[in-house]
Amino acid sequence: MTAAPDAEAVIRAENLTAAFGDRVLFRDVSFEVKRGEVFVILGGSGCGKSTLLKMMIGLVPPRHGRVFILGTDVWAADGAARLALLRRIGVMWQQGALFGSQTLLENVEMPLAEHTSLRPEARAEVARVKLGLVGLSEAASRLPSEVSGGMLKRAGVARALALDPPILFLDEPSAGLDPITSAGLDEMIRDLARSLGTTFVVVTHELASILAIGDRCIMLDREAQGMIAEGDPRRLRDESTHPTVRAFFRREAA
Amino acid sequence: MDDAMAEAATTPRCELEVRKEAGATVLVLVGRLDTPRAAELWPRLMKEAAGGPVVLDLARLEAIDTTGATLVLSAEAAGHGSTIRGAGPGVSEVLDRVRQARDAPRPKPERSLPLLARLGRSVWYGGQALVDSIAFLGELTIILLGTLLRPWRLRIGEVLRHLDEAGTRAFPLTVLLGFLLGVILAFQSAIPLRRFGAEIFVPNLVGISLLRELGPLMAGVILAGRTGSAYAAELGTMSVNEEVAALRVMGIDPMALLVLPRVLAGVLVMPVLSLLLTLAGLSGMALIMNLFGFPLTTVLQQLSQWLTLSDLLGGLVKACFFGLAIAAIGCRAGLGAGRGPRAVGDAATAAVVGGIVSIILLDGVFAVAYERLGL
Repeated sequence: MTAAPDAEAVIRAENLTAAFGDRVLFRDVSFEVKRGEVFVILGGSGCGKSTLLKMMIGLVPPRHGRVFILGTDVWAADGAARLALLRRIGVMWQQGALFGSQTLLENVEMPLAEHTSLRPEARAEVARVKLGLVGLSEAASRLPSEVSGGMLKRAGVARALALDPPILFLDEPSAGLDPITSAGLDEMIRDLARSLGTTFVVVTHELASILAIGDRCIMLDREAQGMIAEGDPRRLRDESTHPTVRAFFRREAA
Repeated sequence: MDDAMAEAATTPRCELEVRKEAGATVLVLVGRLDTPRAAELWPRLMKEAAGGPVVLDLARLEAIDTTGATLVLSAEAAGHGSTIRGAGPGVSEVLDRVRQARDAPRPKPERSLPLLARLGRSVWYGGQALVDSIAFLGELTIILLGTLLRPWRLRIGEVLRHLDEAGTRAFPLTVLLGFLLGVILAFQSAIPLRRFGAEIFVPNLVGISLLRELGPLMAGVILAGRTGSAYAAELGTMSVNEEVAALRVMGIDPMALLVLPRVLAGVLVMPVLSLLLTLAGLSGMALIMNLFGFPLTTVLQQLSQWLTLSDLLGGLVKACFFGLAIAAIGCRAGLGAGRGPRAVGDAATAAVVGGIVSIILLDGVFAVAYERLGL
C-alpha cells in the first residue's frame, strides 16, 4: 500500500546535522515520513544512515535540528512523554540484539511483560503469535545462539512488533543474508505494512531490497555531506540525473 | 502532526458488551482493540468465551492490532464451536494474518528425560569436561616442553606484555596489601604474646608465616582476581567471536600464540609478586614493632637468626606452581567458554573460583611434600 498523498506525516525531521568533533557526516537533512509507508534511507557505507536512524530513536543527539515522531519532539520530550513515545516505536537492530540468555519466545515476551498487564499465559500466547508473524513459530524455544543470522533478524522484528507499534525502524534488515531469505524478509515487511498499516523506516544499501519495498526514499551521500535525492526509488533509478544516484542504482563505481 | 495521538485518543477504546440472542451468547466488541486494551480485556473475554459456544461480533470494531487479534482468536478457540462474525475488511485482514501465525506448527515440547537418563547425561558431560581438561593439560605440557627444545620460537614480545600486565601493574596493589597484612599480623600476634612477655618473637612468627604461606597465597589470590579473570574474559570473548577458530584455520596453534605466553607470564610473575608482598609485609611488621619499642636492628637480628633460605625458596617454588595453575585455569576457562555474553561472565567466574581453590589444594600438597622432605 502506497500511502495516500494526503496522509499525515508521522515523522518529521527538520534540518538535522550530524557531526563527530570536526567531522560533519551530513547537514540540513529534512524530510517527512507518512503514515503507512515504507520509507527507505539509503546511501553508501559511512554516509551516516545508521546515525540518522539513531537520531530518530533518541540515541545519538543531533548537532542541530529537530525530530518529531507522532507529534512529539524526540529530543525535548523527557520522563513520561519520552516513555510513551518509546512504547510507540519498535526497532530492529542490525545484529538482532537479542538477549543471549533467553529463548526467542522470552525475548519477545520481555516488552510485553514490561509494558502491558497481560498475564503470563496470555503473554506467551501473544509472543508466539508475533513469532508466527515472522515465520519463527517452530524456533520459539531456541536460544539466539542456536539460530541462523536471518532468523535472528526476523526474531528482532518480532520483538520490535511485540507492542504493535505504529512505527517500526529497521537497521539493515537484509545485510548479510542470502537473496532468498532477504526476499522473504522484504515480503514480510510489505505484508505487515499492508495488513497492519505499520509505518516502516528502513536503513539499507541493498538495491534489490530498496526497489522491492520502498514507497519513498532519501539518499545520503558522504561527499555531499547531506541528502542528494528524495522520492520514489523506481523513479529515481529511471530518471535521476545526479551522477552519484545514477551510479548507485546502476551499480557503477562512481 | 498531532493527528496520530488525537486519533488514538478520540477513537473510543474497546468495550465488551455481552448479549443473549436466541439462546446464544453474543460478545460484541466495540471501538479500537489495541495492545493495552487487549491486555485489560483478556481475562474477562476469556472467561465469557470459555463458558461454551459464543458468537464474537466484530461488526462495530473499528481497528485491531495483532495482540487484539490474538485475543479474539484465543477466545474463539476457548469455546468449542464458537464463531466470529461481521469483521470489516481491515479487521479481517489482520485476523487472517494472525490466524496463519497462530496455526503455524509449534515446537514440540522437549520431553524431560527420566531420572536415570538425566543422571547418565550429567555423568557423560562431566566426563567430557574432565577429558577436555586432561587434553588441555597434555597440550600445555607438550607446548612447554617444545619451547624448552626450541626456545627461539617463543614470542618474547607477547610474554613481556603479559609480564607487564600481570606483574608491574599489580605492584602497587601487592605492596599495599602486603604492608597492611604485615601490620595486622604483627598487631594481632603481639597481643597474646605480650602476656608472656614474648613480643620479641613476633618477627619470627610473622616472618615465617609470610615467607612460607601467606606471601604465595595472597599473591595467588591477587593474580587470580586480577589476571586469571582477565585471561578468561579475553580468551572467552575471542572464542565467542570465532577468533580462536580463525587462528586454528590459519594453521596457528592457539596454545602457542595465546596460552603459552600467558602461562609463562603467570609462572614468572608469581615469585616476584610473592617476594614483594612478603617484603612489604615484613616492613609493616617492623613498623608495628617499632611502635612497641623494639628498634629496627632487633627486628632484623631476630629475622636473620630464625628465617632460613629454605623458608624463602620453599615459598617461591610454591608460588611458581600457583602461577602455573592460575594462568592455565584462566586460559582453559576462556577457551572452553560457550557462546553469548553470559558465557564470558561464567568463564571469568570459573577462572577466579578455580584459581583460588586450586592454589589452596596445591598448598596442601606442598605442605605434605615439604614435611616429608624435611624442609
